[in-house]
Amino acid sequence: MTDATLDTGGERRASHGSLTAQDERTKRRNRAEARFKAYGIAAISAGLFFLCVLLVSIITNGLTAFQQTFIEVEVFLDPEVLDKNGNRDPDDLRKVSTFGYNPLINQAVFDKINSFDLDSPIEDPKQMRNLVSASAAATLRDSVLEDPELIGQTLTYQLLASSRVDGYLKGRVSRESIAEDKNITVEDLDLVDQMVEAGIIAKSFNWSFITGADASESRPEQAGIGVSMLGSLFMMFVVLALSLPIGVAASIYLEEFAPQNRFTDFIEVNISNLAAVPSIVFGILGLAVFIQFMHLPQSAPLVGGLVLTLMTLPTIIISTRASLKAVPPSIRDAALGVGASKMQSVFHHVLPLAMPGILTGTIIGLAQALGETAPLLLIGMVGYIATNYPEGVASGFMDPNSAIPAQIYQWATRADPAFYERAWGGIIILLVFLMTMNIIAILLRRRFERRW
Amino acid sequence: MSAFWLVTIALGLAILGFVVGRGRALSHAGGDSRDLHSLPNYYGWNVALTSLVPALGILVLWALVQPLVINNSISGNIPDTLVPEGSTLSLVMSDVRRVADGLDLAVAEGALSAEDAQSMRTEFTNVRDRLAEVGVALGSNVTAGTLAAAQDYRSATYTGNILRTFFVLGAALAGFAYAFMSTHKELRARNLVEAGVKVLLVTAASIAILTTIGIILSLIFNTVQFFRIYPASEFFLSLTWSPSFGGGSELGIWPLLWGTLYISLIALAVAVPIGLFAAVYLSEYASPSVRAFAKPLLEVLAGIPTIVYGLFALLTVGPLLLSVFGRDGVGIMQAGTAVMTAGLVMGMMLIPFVSSLSDDIINAVPQAMRDGSYGLGATKSETIKQVILPAALPGIVGAVLLAASRAIGETMIVVLGAGAAARLSLNPFDAMTTVTAKIVSQLTGDADFASPEALVAFALGMTLFIITLGLNVLALYIVRKYREQYE
Repeated sequence: MTDATLDTGGERRASHGSLTAQDERTKRRNRAEARFKAYGIAAISAGLFFLCVLLVSIITNGLTAFQQTFIEVEVFLDPEVLDKNGNRDPDDLRKVSTFGYNPLINQAVFDKINSFDLDSPIEDPKQMRNLVSASAAATLRDSVLEDPELIGQTLTYQLLASSRVDGYLKGRVSRESIAEDKNITVEDLDLVDQMVEAGIIAKSFNWSFITGADASESRPEQAGIGVSMLGSLFMMFVVLALSLPIGVAASIYLEEFAPQNRFTDFIEVNISNLAAVPSIVFGILGLAVFIQFMHLPQSAPLVGGLVLTLMTLPTIIISTRASLKAVPPSIRDAALGVGASKMQSVFHHVLPLAMPGILTGTIIGLAQALGETAPLLLIGMVGYIATNYPEGVASGFMDPNSAIPAQIYQWATRADPAFYERAWGGIIILLVFLMTMNIIAILLRRRFERRW
Repeated sequence: MSAFWLVTIALGLAILGFVVGRGRALSHAGGDSRDLHSLPNYYGWNVALTSLVPALGILVLWALVQPLVINNSISGNIPDTLVPEGSTLSLVMSDVRRVADGLDLAVAEGALSAEDAQSMRTEFTNVRDRLAEVGVALGSNVTAGTLAAAQDYRSATYTGNILRTFFVLGAALAGFAYAFMSTHKELRARNLVEAGVKVLLVTAASIAILTTIGIILSLIFNTVQFFRIYPASEFFLSLTWSPSFGGGSELGIWPLLWGTLYISLIALAVAVPIGLFAAVYLSEYASPSVRAFAKPLLEVLAGIPTIVYGLFALLTVGPLLLSVFGRDGVGIMQAGTAVMTAGLVMGMMLIPFVSSLSDDIINAVPQAMRDGSYGLGATKSETIKQVILPAALPGIVGAVLLAASRAIGETMIVVLGAGAAARLSLNPFDAMTTVTAKIVSQLTGDADFASPEALVAFALGMTLFIITLGLNVLALYIVRKYREQYE
């Protein structure tokens, strides 16, 4: 700047007519200033804009997963078909597969349509299978096996509509998009329109998405995230039970006891490096050590929990050390002064005071672990269809299961676009969990944080 | 006895030990705790820890050592004639283990009696069919040698488990007895317990080292195995990536590295300017209320799991870009999954990473330097450009390097958003793939872990580990070396 004044000094001074009017150079500098500030505002707005787009697309795409289309029909449970021997023997009943139930459902829907006098070119009751989910027969069969006395009665069922019908009501499927589709025809959709008006088909809240199990590739309308939620829950148990004590113990050693030597330095370097290792590498570690070497069961929440523990430990150690450091030395000195040993001063005084900070850090570490997907792919928590609820606590840890993010990944890679809606819905559930955990962490910090 | 029951028994013993140890110390002192060397609870803890910790330590060590020992002894017994042409010993061993696991399952489900499982001969029984009955699918028929090895494997595991039960319970009981007998009122129980606790603390801190060792060993071990069956020169020099599980695959790393770098470059091109300007604005211009509002909101972007970004790339950004650059628009994009899709979304994810790191660094520049610059008549932007940013530059470079290492190691966004084709292309709207995405695709599914197509994932992991580690170390080095030290 000194150069500039030197070069053009005389000329500039001459152009200074008045102090109240800005000269060219000042104007230029002010413009540059305004421009620079505008860049900053643009950058912030861009960041916030991305956040908004992300959240809006999650919510608009995902909310529909919480609604599902049902068809209300009266099904006559024909004894001729379901129980030919007429003795209601459970073994005989079990022999009738879901194929036996399908005609009953198709007939029931067909009769229902005729009873409403809807105008449709469809003559064949069989074509009703386009409207009803393939899982409806299983629902019916289960209820009959549970109570054989139902046979012979006419009962009202809320049956799942097929995924194409569901998609049509939600605007995902249109008359143009089904041109190549073998699973539904334009006549079917015309019929669906009339059925909606007659109140036979309606959307209602989809509890089974939240509590249910994943379903096979061909029936997206039935898929739910409940079982993989349990898988995530069991994994979080493992992570909490291992990473909290180990993380706290490691931090106490490093912060309170460790002498200044090579070994301590080595540990610290390791921890800071592990915090930056890509999560997929932890997946490789889990695969090689826990599954190939130790032969722990593949896809088990126990293994997933172990891998995630190793991954979250650095996070927890770093935050725990920060909260131990925040406890003022006067507390330690006072404890030592009244005769406590070093160990007593740490465990009786420092640790309780640091606890809120430690818990906050642990919750944030758990939230990170809950959303992590990549390592779970390697230890086999995908490719497995989480259809069964674990039978107990032990099988919850050891039996194959999925996890929320792994389940979302799986839905995202399936061919049928109907699964995408489920994936977005799963993300809403995942984000609700993460938000809850983070809010708890913030509240904890607000409530217990002390300034010394 | 299963590990679960061993742990339960050891825990029960420890609780019992706490009660009786404390009681014994008190009764020695005639019920007056003032006569004791330590507080009464310390005597209880002493007994509890001495019986629990060695037992659990043995249990953990056993879990690590037993598979090693058994594997070595069994594979040592397998004659070379049993290893078929074109196969390796480790392949045969994985067969042996699969048969052994199958037999275990069959016994557990009651389809076989324990004696039958051990006396079974391939001449009399079709093992493959018997195991298929209980739901264990085997790829090929079981040879006599494999079955014999599997039976050896089972009996060795059985012996090992009995020995484990013996040693773990023995250690628990011995610790209990020793600590209990040595409890008297003069015992320095507090010192003993504190020394023990300190050992536990050191062990916990060493887990970080063990994890690193575990990562390095599992990478090196499998990478070496990979290079034994696949030439290293091809891996590092070939420009084609075309794995086929039937054999004859070309596994060159360059297309993957190129995809990784290209995507990371685009991500950084998005994240660095936005993140940096956001940090400058937040720390220099923004009023406290704007800062309190915008900073946490930006950081929300960092807290969102990567699977969410992956889905966003696949289902929102990809189709959006396709409608502009695809066949109906500019016509240079074939499908929604492309380098640009993944790069843009990854850039979004990295914004808060760059911005909060740079924000901290800019805030660390002392106020006196700003005041000096203002005093000389500089405007705010001139101060930032000519004083603050140069002072903060090493830290900012460090932050960018850390962001780059994050971008290179990122998995879910590229798995879902970048496509699967490995190609060397300059068009950012082409589908490409990355190191991380290929690690996932080579290791998921029913791949055979001994084939080069699966093992290559470990070599890729090793490459990834070295690159990210190098970037992190470099970032730390730059920050330390070039940081201006202010008073």
